Amino acid sequence: MSFFRVEHLGIRFGGVVAVDDVSFEVRRGECYTIIGPNGAGKTTIFNLIGLIYPATSGRILFEERELTGMAPHRVAELGIARTFQNIELFEHATVLQNLLIGRHRHRRSSLWQELVFTPAVRRAELAAREAVEKVIDFLELAKVRDSLVAGLPYGVRKVVELGRALATEPRLLLLDEPSSGLNPEETDDMAFWIEDIKRHLGVTVLMVEHDMNLVSRVSDRVLALNLGQPIAEGAPAEVQAHPAVIEAYLGKAA
Amino acid sequence: MRFIFKTDYEQDLRLFRHGGQKFWYGVLGALLLAAPWWAGDYVMTQLHFVLIYSIVGFGLMLLTGFTGQISLGHAAFLAVGAYTEALLQAQGMPFVVSITSAALLSAAVGIIVGLPALRLKGIYLAIATLAFNVIVEEITARWHSLTGGNEGMLVKAVRVMGYALETDAQFYYLCLALTVICALACINLLRSPTGRAFIAIRDSEISASCMGVNLAKYKTMAFAISAALTGVGGALYAHKVGFISPEQFGLFQSIELITIVILGGVGFLHGAVLGAAFIIVLPQLISIAKGWLPEGTAPSGLQAVVFGLVLILFIIFEPLGLYGRWLKIRAWFELFPFYRKGMFRRQKSYMKSERLR
Amino acid sequence: MAGAFCRIGPGRAVLVDLLQLLVAGVSLGCVYALVALGFVLIYKATETVNFAQGDLMMLGAFFALTSSVMLGWPYWATILFAAAVMAAVGMLTERLVLRPVLGHPAFTVVMITIGVGYVVRGIVTMVPGWGTETYQIPTPFVEDVWRLGGVVLPVQQLTVIGMTAMLCAGLYLFFRFSTLGVAMQATSQNQLAAYYMGIPVRRVNMMIWGLSAAVAAFAGILLAPVTFIHSNMGFIGLKAFPAAVVGGFGSVPGAILGGLIIGVVEALAGYYLPEGFKDVAAYVVVLVVLLAWPSGIFGETGRKKV
Repeated sequence: MSFFRVEHLGIRFGGVVAVDDVSFEVRRGECYTIIGPNGAGKTTIFNLIGLIYPATSGRILFEERELTGMAPHRVAELGIARTFQNIELFEHATVLQNLLIGRHRHRRSSLWQELVFTPAVRRAELAAREAVEKVIDFLELAKVRDSLVAGLPYGVRKVVELGRALATEPRLLLLDEPSSGLNPEETDDMAFWIEDIKRHLGVTVLMVEHDMNLVSRVSDRVLALNLGQPIAEGAPAEVQAHPAVIEAYLGKAA
Repeated sequence: MRFIFKTDYEQDLRLFRHGGQKFWYGVLGALLLAAPWWAGDYVMTQLHFVLIYSIVGFGLMLLTGFTGQISLGHAAFLAVGAYTEALLQAQGMPFVVSITSAALLSAAVGIIVGLPALRLKGIYLAIATLAFNVIVEEITARWHSLTGGNEGMLVKAVRVMGYALETDAQFYYLCLALTVICALACINLLRSPTGRAFIAIRDSEISASCMGVNLAKYKTMAFAISAALTGVGGALYAHKVGFISPEQFGLFQSIELITIVILGGVGFLHGAVLGAAFIIVLPQLISIAKGWLPEGTAPSGLQAVVFGLVLILFIIFEPLGLYGRWLKIRAWFELFPFYRKGMFRRQKSYMKSERLR
Repeated sequence: MAGAFCRIGPGRAVLVDLLQLLVAGVSLGCVYALVALGFVLIYKATETVNFAQGDLMMLGAFFALTSSVMLGWPYWATILFAAAVMAAVGMLTERLVLRPVLGHPAFTVVMITIGVGYVVRGIVTMVPGWGTETYQIPTPFVEDVWRLGGVVLPVQQLTVIGMTAMLCAGLYLFFRFSTLGVAMQATSQNQLAAYYMGIPVRRVNMMIWGLSAAVAAFAGILLAPVTFIHSNMGFIGLKAFPAAVVGGFGSVPGAILGGLIIGVVEALAGYYLPEGFKDVAAYVVVLVVLLAWPSGIFGETGRKKV
């Protein structure tokens, strides 16, 4: 049984074909990266997987279960979490609250129990808090735990976004350009974290990235896209050396 | 300066953050419980209204302040609650049944409004709720056989278990009890997953749904709970004023309700109470000010001018509302002498189109 | 058309009635459309919904009243006077009240305009000589009618329709082809980017408010013969909201279309449906339209790109 695979996925917006017949498979426990120049359709693929847009062709299968037609919140309940390219945090809430919202799919209480705040709800809250504190420790967010997200610097917000996705205890983590906007030290930290996520937390990572150093460091396999179509797939070094990929990034030799 | 040293996750869940808060709320509680003794008749009447509008304020705050759904038609739910209570009481139902029905029927109407509202955002939602309010007002006025139409309905005093609450003090304790219950319910909701889901929907719907929040379910739930609270307030309102008619539940009432939320402080439950108190006290101050008007000017316009000015000035100078001002004052005392001027400064933001959401 | 319905008797009477109703509805709809246009202008430039538009219209009518009755000026002069004064009032309002809250979320800005509406209404009531009385302006051709084969069309209504059409055409061209018009659209979509492009955002906002208030004054004067001038005249503005929403906020043709739809529906409802439906017709229409088009007929809501 495959862990996660995408078959002949495609979407067109009117006349524009954003994603054209893309197929790939992600194995359990690996880090699979999608690279490509801007406009290649990488984030669109993430939006298709998260069912923010409905695909016009193809299917997405998570543990052999087809995701087509599901509501986005159902996708999260299955164990797929994502981060966003342009941070989509809850600005007027604290970091802790953002992470706790990540635990939403694990809640078991009903509305009536919560209105009265039964001991079961209290226990669930404390359990959620403990799980979130583990994430805070892992990502070293303790200092900003009670700060409102709106006042935090960009680099910290990126980490909070990663933390929120981790708080859902995902099985598949979709990272959309985790290092964009980060300086070299922060990118280094991000690389360590992704490796730890993969190795110690056992989470499968599907990543979209531009920074080739980061890609080479953490990825097991890479898929290169251009203009919505796949052009190469394989180990990071092979793909980076592939002539079609070089042409897509740098253009043809004169 | 006060340092709160946290050693336990329970501390963040507790209702009171530290002993000092418990003390002051205790004092407030004692004052409120003793009100029939120290407050004259006039103040008691105002307290009744403050409590009733606080309950409604909680409802609207939950919907607009915490879930981000703008409602310019909340007076419609007030009407549903008031008329349900009046009608059931006229049938001889016990109070417990009638007020519960008022809450449930309002919640049902809230769901009816919430479901189509799922696709509406921002100004479209506001206008849709406004339209709903006008339509409900008109239906109330036309449905003569049920509601007495424009002639209104008389409402008798509350009868709990056969015992009539005739005096001010008895009704006051009823209102106080219900206000406390509603407040606790809201606080509990806000420290549970549902409350966080509401906040998530307010701040970013797309990422809320990617975190597993079922938008349709929670938005509808927000409408239902908000409407239920408003319905309870409406039922108490009916008993308080003794006589209800459709025009009491029109657009102006809705605007007053939303003003309570804004003046009190959007996003804080305390804001509902502070806003309600302010709205009740304001007309008294205006009446006093009318005596200072120059000759020849009609005093009737003064109420509107003051109301509008208060709204404008608050939004410009105190966007966090009364509770926000209180937070700043408290921070000044707590951090004395290290309070810095820029602590609560809003991040300067440029208007970005909310049409893409 | 006369050939298709060439029956003498009740059928023709119904047609004549219908035609007259339609003209009345379109005429009233034009007034709604003008008020809605005022909303849309401000929305297009600043993405603010101006709940005080109706009250600005009322204030414009009062200025026209003052210059006409109390100063004795001719009709055309009073229109220009009222429009000019209201333009100034609009710009002043923007400068004093709206500019400090530039960047606040849309909801709070809406509430501030509600506050402005209250203040305007209150002040008008308090001014000696205006107060809470109802007034009339002497309007030319308010009594004239045209007769077209049995159909009686009041010239007043036709004038309203004609003037509205001219104004709309002018505004459409303005937004489409003039630099200022395009600049106004830019500021409404992304203020920071507009600043970067050298657009004087604050001045543009001020001008759009002035323009919108002048349009409101125009609407007020056109409405005066129908509802007479009094301090609660602005509540018509509430009906114009459904009009603007039906057409889709942000769309000039939408505002016109919405206004016309609401006007015609109201006229028909008043005639064919029982008592009371006329008042709520506008609101029922807006709910029905929003069910089918959550952003109005021509409204623009895109999906945020994540």
